Amino acid sequence: MNGAYWGLTTLDLLGKLEIVDQDEVVSWVMECQHESGGFGGNIGHDPHIVHTLSAVQVLALFDKLNVLDIDKIANYIAGLQNVDGSFSGDMWGEIDTRFSYIAICCLSLLQCLDKINVEKAVNYIMSCKNLDGGFGCTPGAESHAGQIFCCVGALALTGSLHHVDKDLLGWWLCERQVKSGGLNGRPEKLPDVCYSWWVLSSLIMIDRAHWIDKDKLIKFIIDCQDRENGGISDRPDDAVDVFHTYFGVAGLSLLEYPEVKAVDPAYALPVHVVNRIFFSR
Amino acid sequence: MEWKEEGDKRPLSQRPEWSDVTPVPQDDGPNPVVPIAYKDDFTETMDYFRAVYFADERSLRSLHVTAEAILMNAGNYTVWHFRRLILEALNADLHEELDFIKKVANGNPKNYQIWHHRRWVAEKLGTDATSEELDFTKKILSLDAKNYHAWSHRQWVLQELGGWEDELDYCKQLLEDDIFNNSAWNQRYFVITKSPFLGGLEAMRESEVNYTVGAIIAKPENESPWRYLRGLYKDDTQSWVNDPQVSSVCLKVLSAKRSTVFALSTLLDLLCHGFQPSQDFINAVDALKTPDLDLSDSNLATAVCSVLGRMDPMRVNYWTWRKNKLPAQTA
Repeated sequence: MNGAYWGLTTLDLLGKLEIVDQDEVVSWVMECQHESGGFGGNIGHDPHIVHTLSAVQVLALFDKLNVLDIDKIANYIAGLQNVDGSFSGDMWGEIDTRFSYIAICCLSLLQCLDKINVEKAVNYIMSCKNLDGGFGCTPGAESHAGQIFCCVGALALTGSLHHVDKDLLGWWLCERQVKSGGLNGRPEKLPDVCYSWWVLSSLIMIDRAHWIDKDKLIKFIIDCQDRENGGISDRPDDAVDVFHTYFGVAGLSLLEYPEVKAVDPAYALPVHVVNRIFFSR
Repeated sequence: MEWKEEGDKRPLSQRPEWSDVTPVPQDDGPNPVVPIAYKDDFTETMDYFRAVYFADERSLRSLHVTAEAILMNAGNYTVWHFRRLILEALNADLHEELDFIKKVANGNPKNYQIWHHRRWVAEKLGTDATSEELDFTKKILSLDAKNYHAWSHRQWVLQELGGWEDELDYCKQLLEDDIFNNSAWNQRYFVITKSPFLGGLEAMRESEVNYTVGAIIAKPENESPWRYLRGLYKDDTQSWVNDPQVSSVCLKVLSAKRSTVFALSTLLDLLCHGFQPSQDFINAVDALKTPDLDLSDSNLATAVCSVLGRMDPMRVNYWTWRKNKLPAQTA
């Protein structure tokens, strides 16, 4: 289900979503729904919060959110919130700020954020804030750009960005840009195309995107393409995959690369899809 | 009941203990959108898994087929989930399960399902598992000292099960291996603030400042110890500004004229918090300017921003923003 989201969102950003059979995709997505309301990664797989968000995002791409029983999904997600405000990924209880973002993003798209305790959710996220201004997966965990995207995104979607030290975090994020122009996820790690998304969307959400060198990052992403077979890899000359292809294209979208549609940094969906949800009803 | 290292390698359909089971093929629906081209052995294993899963058979042979399925695809969380149900039903020896997980983790050290399963097992074993968990994460970290999952698990073990005694030494050893390991610096902070065997942040501050200053002098281009130094003064910025060790390490690095970016940005932060620089600082910054920069009219903070804009051109917009934001009275 995650792969479907990465692939289909990329197609939409490139203006090619129509090459996929919408009805087939939508019916497959719905077959992945479990009686609990959550979605699994494929038919017959157990539900998990990560696949539930991807399912909702895929349906949003096709403007088919109306096929959903909103209450059912909302109850599944609300049931995953813990007493301290954190979220578990599924019934087995793994806790991670990724799941906080997923829960908030999903319910926000379905316009029923009131089904969870938003205040506690925000408090839990803030408990994961580190001294460098960044966020980890749980309290005390190292700041990591992927986790930062999740926390900043969740705070953005709940109107809680005032809790973020934007200057401090913005500086930590812009320090992720290395000599080649690519971005890493933590100090002294190698650059990876997917950080073009995690770092850049975070910077945009806190209004500090101009602190990185845009042209050098574009060049890095472009260099990660496989020009013969298509697709984008984590760094130049590595094998491509749909995950890095999506994040590379989404990163280029944030960088306003020509002929790539605009993407929403918090919802990680094309802006026209987000607008359709919130402004046309 | 043992995790058999050298298991039966015959196809399941040929093993006598499975002869009464009808394998269940995967149902991708009438028009699969992107059907995966599975290998035959994978298809067979998963067909037998589905048979026992749908029958909810929580037996030893079910346990074995989940192991085979996991070894083929460690990401199938449905299989892991069912394995947990079987382990509970059989009241299995969870120490052996730790061995199984170790084997799977070897090829998949960043797989979320494996780490979560490990945590589930460790939680059940409680403090019986403490030293084994610390050993296991240490082994994974010896192969990749920044594995985020391993660090997350290790932090959980320390907080829930204990074992803090040697953790500061462990951080020290990792930093000796690689002074640039940001994860080790993060763990060091975790230890000095939370370990019940140390006195807490304020008690540890002096020795930690000494340690950090040494690390900075060794590699001034290392981002981590500069941030760590700042972190040692959490909630007490004034002490950070007033500590002569902080300003003097800046001056030392600036005077050496090598890898000065973090020293300059730290000096900038100090100045913004009221630090009063001596002439030595002014001279040191002046010595770093490029010929095109005229710093004669600038106060020191403005000069530092200008030099940083030249030295760290990738982030020129940030340094310009810092310059524009300087309070009027900064030195």
